[in-house]
Amino acid sequence: MNAGIVTWGTYLPYWRLQRAAIAQVLGSGPPKGSRAVASYDEDTTTLGVEAGRRALALGPAMPDDLLFSTPAPGYLDKTSATTLHAALGLDRACAAYDFAGSPRSALGTLLMALQSAPARRTLAIVSDLRTGLAGGAEERDAGDGAAAFLCGADGADGAVAELVGRGSASDEFLDRWRVPGETDSHVWEERFGEEMYVPLAREAFAAALKDAGIAESDIDHAIVTGLHLRAVKAVTGGLGVSAAAIAPDLLASVGNLGAAQAGVALADVLERALPGQLIVVLSLADGADALVLRTTDALPAAQAARQAAGVPTVAEQVAAGRSDLSYAAFLAWRGQLHREPPRRPDPERPGAPIVHRSEAWKYAFSASRCAVCGFRHLPPTRVCLECHSVDQMQPERLADVRGTIATFTVDHLAYSLSPPVVGVIVDFDGGGRYRCEMTDVSVPELAIGSRVEMTFRRIYTALGVHNYFWKARPLQGAPVVPEPASTPASTPASTKE
Amino acid sequence: MASRGIRDRVAIIGMGCTKFGELWNKGIDDLLTDAAVEAAASAGLPIHDIDAFWLGTMTSSVSGITLSRPLKLDYKPVTRVENFCATGSEAFRNACYAVASGAYDTAMAIGVEKLKDTGYSGLTGIRAVGDGTDPGLSSPAAFSFLAPSYGHKYGVDKAQMKEVMSRIAFKNHQNGALNPRAQFQKEISMETISKAPLVAGELGVFDCSGVSDGSAAAIICRVEDAHKYCANPLYVKALSFVSGPAAGPIDPGYDYTTFPEVVRSAEDAYQQAGITDPRAQLAMAEVHDCFTPTELVLMEDMGFATRGTAWKEVLAGTFDRDGELPVNPDGGLKSFGHPIGASGLRMLFECWLQLRGEAPPERQIATVSQGRTLGLTHNLGGAPGECVSFVGIVGSELGD
Repeated sequence: MNAGIVTWGTYLPYWRLQRAAIAQVLGSGPPKGSRAVASYDEDTTTLGVEAGRRALALGPAMPDDLLFSTPAPGYLDKTSATTLHAALGLDRACAAYDFAGSPRSALGTLLMALQSAPARRTLAIVSDLRTGLAGGAEERDAGDGAAAFLCGADGADGAVAELVGRGSASDEFLDRWRVPGETDSHVWEERFGEEMYVPLAREAFAAALKDAGIAESDIDHAIVTGLHLRAVKAVTGGLGVSAAAIAPDLLASVGNLGAAQAGVALADVLERALPGQLIVVLSLADGADALVLRTTDALPAAQAARQAAGVPTVAEQVAAGRSDLSYAAFLAWRGQLHREPPRRPDPERPGAPIVHRSEAWKYAFSASRCAVCGFRHLPPTRVCLECHSVDQMQPERLADVRGTIATFTVDHLAYSLSPPVVGVIVDFDGGGRYRCEMTDVSVPELAIGSRVEMTFRRIYTALGVHNYFWKARPLQGAPVVPEPASTPASTPASTKE
Repeated sequence: MASRGIRDRVAIIGMGCTKFGELWNKGIDDLLTDAAVEAAASAGLPIHDIDAFWLGTMTSSVSGITLSRPLKLDYKPVTRVENFCATGSEAFRNACYAVASGAYDTAMAIGVEKLKDTGYSGLTGIRAVGDGTDPGLSSPAAFSFLAPSYGHKYGVDKAQMKEVMSRIAFKNHQNGALNPRAQFQKEISMETISKAPLVAGELGVFDCSGVSDGSAAAIICRVEDAHKYCANPLYVKALSFVSGPAAGPIDPGYDYTTFPEVVRSAEDAYQQAGITDPRAQLAMAEVHDCFTPTELVLMEDMGFATRGTAWKEVLAGTFDRDGELPVNPDGGLKSFGHPIGASGLRMLFECWLQLRGEAPPERQIATVSQGRTLGLTHNLGGAPGECVSFVGIVGSELGD
């Protein structure tokens, strides 16, 4: 039985830093294009959760195993994949593993997922948040993002693309590295890396084609990725596939997504590909890995279903990026500009036992609905507000339920890495209200009646503990100021900055 | 089942209240000693002859020893109570019940808060270990939801709302300017108030109550004993306390233009005291003006104005010190200051001065000389949609 990709999801953060904004301040680098920037409340774990949610948005197939790969994990020793597992509301019996440390592990993770898929449905999530020193090439050219692929058996799960070949070439050499704890990479002289990568890539590519039994001219989509841009360019030019088959690299709009680059580019191709096409993914990272995939007849239906459900494509996310992020805000978000905090006590470290008791709420955003009267409670409670029934509650995951802003406020006093805090009262479709923070919004855009969706974020980090929870954000694709809701509670509290 | 109240069963025979403010040279022991000594002196009853004590403080300390140690009480019962910003009223309510029950002849209710030692300009709150999901909005942000909701529901535009809010702060600063115990004894112009930097939502700095240190105390006994100590005691007419189900943040039916807890406690208190028309019957009201929109909404919740009209009454001066129903004639939380545990008793202290004609002539309210004898204190804690509310009524005449 063949294995393949059953479904996929990608997440590109909302914010873009214009390279001109860097050049304006530092006078460095070509001021062209933009890069995707994870917000102050995002990390590789939350980016991965968002991509994973989109992969699983159409259900109902859930993974038996979860594999998570990032070069920038939120924790060492503690597994990040278990956080993703909890936030995705996966079954307790589903295993969760990290493959952390280097971009090479990302394609390896997808490969491992595809290889185990005939026996166990496996969700592979790759995520990266690229950091570099101010004025450097990494800061300018890199980008943040994540991709997720649910891999399964072809027949039973209806794969949209089967793995038909693979090839790898490994070598030990020093091109790009950082010691754990460092926020920027070191790179050896560029020419050396290029000389190393080009033959490795050719070997892996040739091996994969041979494994698949295809020729260069059979390839419909070729994706070549890697953080060594000169090597990628040299390899791409010598592949022997038609220029039209070379997939766009997205460098000008979102930047080089590092470990997530190959995954996002593959998703972008899947969102445009026709059935029966051949896709090659070639990744240059401490060696080279190549996969050959063949799309199946299930692909068009999957593309249509995703569109109908409003799962954003890579192209849509590239187009939806918000381009007015200031360079100062970017530096503050990445911890390179130390802003004075509000004169308030530092936030408390969440308590491990209480966090564990509220796991379904905190991570899976699971509310409770009274089975007697139907009233929905966020957070879940045992006693019904409406009818006072006790222990008659059904859990309901609301992470993917949309809502409407009933009212909001702008809090200049509350603690935040990026003040002011926007507080919103959200009334959820189908019942239930919750008061939470809002993100990915600028104050003048706030409006009663605006549509929102929930997003998993890192609220703050206290004493080395990341506090993850959900926030509201403007519904992707929704107009900034929609029609007034039928039962608005009020008008905006403030539209001043 | 019923809330019957203890109308005319206990009386206040002495009170004390420190100056409120940033009292860098006074500790919690000093504040408690000052308030207790003043109250005891006004009752002519030595502190050590008082039978039992109820101490209210929210964040400054814990346990009855907080009071018995500085006062060197000789093995008397001291109960420490806490109920958010209504802590002071809760100390008073429980002391009243203890005396009414016959368990003690005399009791002291005393409240204190020392907020200015924390190093932060606002409240820092009581924070237990949590799961990290609380949105962590500040108090001004939680109360700022009221203003736009009220404006939207009753067609008051943003500029008008700002004027109404500023007018409330302006009035309370005017009142505080005449009060030597107030934190801010200064009139502030409407322009200064409305142009102040924003703290949360539409709330500027002057829309927020003063963060301060202070203490206040009351001594109570059974009504039949009151004249042993005091020629003109105040009689307790009603004590109502309500804790809500915290429905607001989870119930889409809540619209942020009312405090259901206040409505319930006011209804209960009026019923206990036999009040049918509070605006006409009360001589004054001290209400919990933690933020200016709070006072606006309270005017309707307590029946001083019909729904949707309080903003006009505010602008018309109905609740000014010389208005039809003076509200917060001492300056309120806004300019008298808000040392949490003391505030409920500070409100009572203003009733003590005004209803007994002991306020200085320049700020004595006219409603008392017009024959009104009842004063109301209202104290709430929490936030819109999830609060505790106290309404108490005292009077200078028995049976009225």
